[in-house]
Amino acid sequence: MKKILTSIAVVGGLAAMTAAHAGEIVIGQMTDRTGPLANVGNPLGDGVRDYIDLVNSQGGVGGHTIRLIGIDNQYKVPPAVEGYQRLKSEGAVLVGLFGTPITQALTADLEKDKTPGTTPGFGTAAAADGAAFPYLFPAAASYWSQAGASVEYAKQQMGGLKGKKIAYLFYDNPAGREGLPVLRKLSEMEGFTLNEFPVPAPGIEMDNQARDIARRYRADFVISHLFGRAPSVQINALTRAGFPLEKVVSFVWGASEADVDAAGGNEAALGYSGLQFAGVGDDFQVRRDIRAMFKAQGREPRTSMSSTVFYNRGILIAALHVEALTHAVEINGGEADVTGTQVRDGFRKIKDFSLGGLLPPLNLAGGDHEGGGWVRVFKVTKDGFAPATDWFKGYRDVVFEMIKEESAKKN
Amino acid sequence: MFHRESGYYKTSYASDSALYPLPVAKWAVAGFAVLFFVVAPLLVSSYYLTILNLVGIAVVGALGLNILVGLTGQISIGHAAFMSVGAYTAANLATRFDLPFWITLPSGGLMAAAIGIVVGFPSVRIKGLYLAISTLAAQFIIDWFIVHTPAISGGFQASIQVPRPSIFGVVLDTQRELYLFILVTVVIAIVVALNIARSRVGRAFIAIRDQDIAAEILGINVRRYKLMAFAISSFYAGVAGVLYTYYSGVANNEFFPLVVSIDYLAMVIIGGMGSVLGAIFGATFVTLLPITIDLIMSSLGPYLIADAGSLSGIKSHMRLILFGGLIMFFLVVEPEGLNRLWLNIRSYFRVWPFSY
Repeated sequence: MKKILTSIAVVGGLAAMTAAHAGEIVIGQMTDRTGPLANVGNPLGDGVRDYIDLVNSQGGVGGHTIRLIGIDNQYKVPPAVEGYQRLKSEGAVLVGLFGTPITQALTADLEKDKTPGTTPGFGTAAAADGAAFPYLFPAAASYWSQAGASVEYAKQQMGGLKGKKIAYLFYDNPAGREGLPVLRKLSEMEGFTLNEFPVPAPGIEMDNQARDIARRYRADFVISHLFGRAPSVQINALTRAGFPLEKVVSFVWGASEADVDAAGGNEAALGYSGLQFAGVGDDFQVRRDIRAMFKAQGREPRTSMSSTVFYNRGILIAALHVEALTHAVEINGGEADVTGTQVRDGFRKIKDFSLGGLLPPLNLAGGDHEGGGWVRVFKVTKDGFAPATDWFKGYRDVVFEMIKEESAKKN
Repeated sequence: MFHRESGYYKTSYASDSALYPLPVAKWAVAGFAVLFFVVAPLLVSSYYLTILNLVGIAVVGALGLNILVGLTGQISIGHAAFMSVGAYTAANLATRFDLPFWITLPSGGLMAAAIGIVVGFPSVRIKGLYLAISTLAAQFIIDWFIVHTPAISGGFQASIQVPRPSIFGVVLDTQRELYLFILVTVVIAIVVALNIARSRVGRAFIAIRDQDIAAEILGINVRRYKLMAFAISSFYAGVAGVLYTYYSGVANNEFFPLVVSIDYLAMVIIGGMGSVLGAIFGATFVTLLPITIDLIMSSLGPYLIADAGSLSGIKSHMRLILFGGLIMFFLVVEPEGLNRLWLNIRSYFRVWPFSY
């Protein structure tokens, strides 16, 4: 016991050495550098880090520098709880969360501490209701909005849904199952039949489901919601079963460069498309600016920049954070000592902020903390991802009604 | 040291199984009670209380697994699933029937114990690696069952928001209040575990661990005691799960994956199997080590690596390497765990300055 206490004291002393300086805004970002989601966390975390560095090198937010504290949770809850408290003790006014269970575990604390947290692409669908969850900002399409959007996309592709057969191929965990209520409701509304094909963890064997979809059930369209290694397995399994990849649309965690590479490269995944909540590719001014910053510092650009899907999402997260902080500093009369509530109000002022097309035209004002649930479909071509649609949202009214119902259950 | 006896002078069973072998133990316990009940909540900052809270919950879980693995010698890789059972039981009782924590906490434990008895049945026939695999199956079956039963899991998200516990109208929602709540539970858990270990039940467990056939010949009902060990161990796990639920304000099955079961097994092995103090050491070590490494590296890192972006990547991986390395180091230095290391140090000073 004594040993532990002295080690706590030593560590406490060390932590105190790095306490906040004046004229500085502290924010936290959780990204899993290790653990099951490290393949997402590394490029995404680099994107966040580089964008904040870029903003700091251009003078910061209203003249104040941003200090970004990165936390690695390994997708485990106890380190996230500890990490959040550390961020709080360092004076963080904003926390970027990472992972649905972590979001669940910290929701109550964020609300109590009046500290806004962002959960782009995961977390609770109901959190879009800003009245019920004032300090949570999904700020990107939730799984429910993705479900609505993918049905909308299927409708466009097939020219109508009546009498069609849609297969939902999903990872059999809570996150994977989350799309189900929206899809079931839309299938009743639009008159298509929905067949559900769960894939048990770890999702590296999918030939049975693929054969079922292609040969027995003869689906007209596949909506898939898979994680980790599973999306690439799905591409190969559907190809083997003879199902055309043009008729597949994936949720946001199933269509990255890494998935295409793992499936055997662009040739093997040609036509496979996926929903995205941030722009994909290299052709954005902000990425050129980051490259220029690296060059000015005499460093090579990071290799993770080539993973444009996740890196650009990192930029999106950081850009939203910086934009909210900018508004918050304005609200605070130009001073750096903004409060969590001011940052929340800063988020609620974000409107028509597109960062050269990397962000959708989201609007966080007016009680919708998801900003509208915008997505854009990108298709695999011979040399990368190409946009197949413009930014759009699907069945927003239906989805938001369900969000309202769900958030009413919150106690 | 001067206030210690220099040899083994116990002459009766009563003195051998006494909770306080020496008067000084009483003072030490009183000292720790003052430290943790008075000094810590008054002086320690909220961040360090968070760490103590996480350690406290881990201690409850590790104590339970120690009774099964350490005392009774039955391996279980399904500990996290029992925590999950406790968490969802409490969450459902708390949200549907508005029951207070002093009912949901033991109910979560009892439900986990009931499931634990079912999962423990194979232990009557099989042991060792075979039992490990059958408890591993339990981990997946329980997890699957909870996620696919909306009546238990509360819907597609499989998570239930739970209001924070309240006592006499005071809602315990700061780290300090939750610390006291967890601390009281931990103290009860430790006292019960100590008493189990020194009682008739505990001796039966140890007899089964050492040689189950011999234990049966001695008149111990092996089946009954094995199932009892599973029940007690699962009860502890369930209570730890309920603590997690109240601590984070939500019950979620993703809090309790297989990795957590392995973590608890690691705590028991690192701490020293079969001793209550060992379980406490193990839980503290496994919870604190990554945090300590991370804090030290965050403080020293900027002096070694200028680029903050690269640092956060290197830091995470270094943490894993150091964590694994230190566990190996301690197990090589003392295979019987941290508890044996502590006993060695203690017995060295007991006879100091002589060697025997």
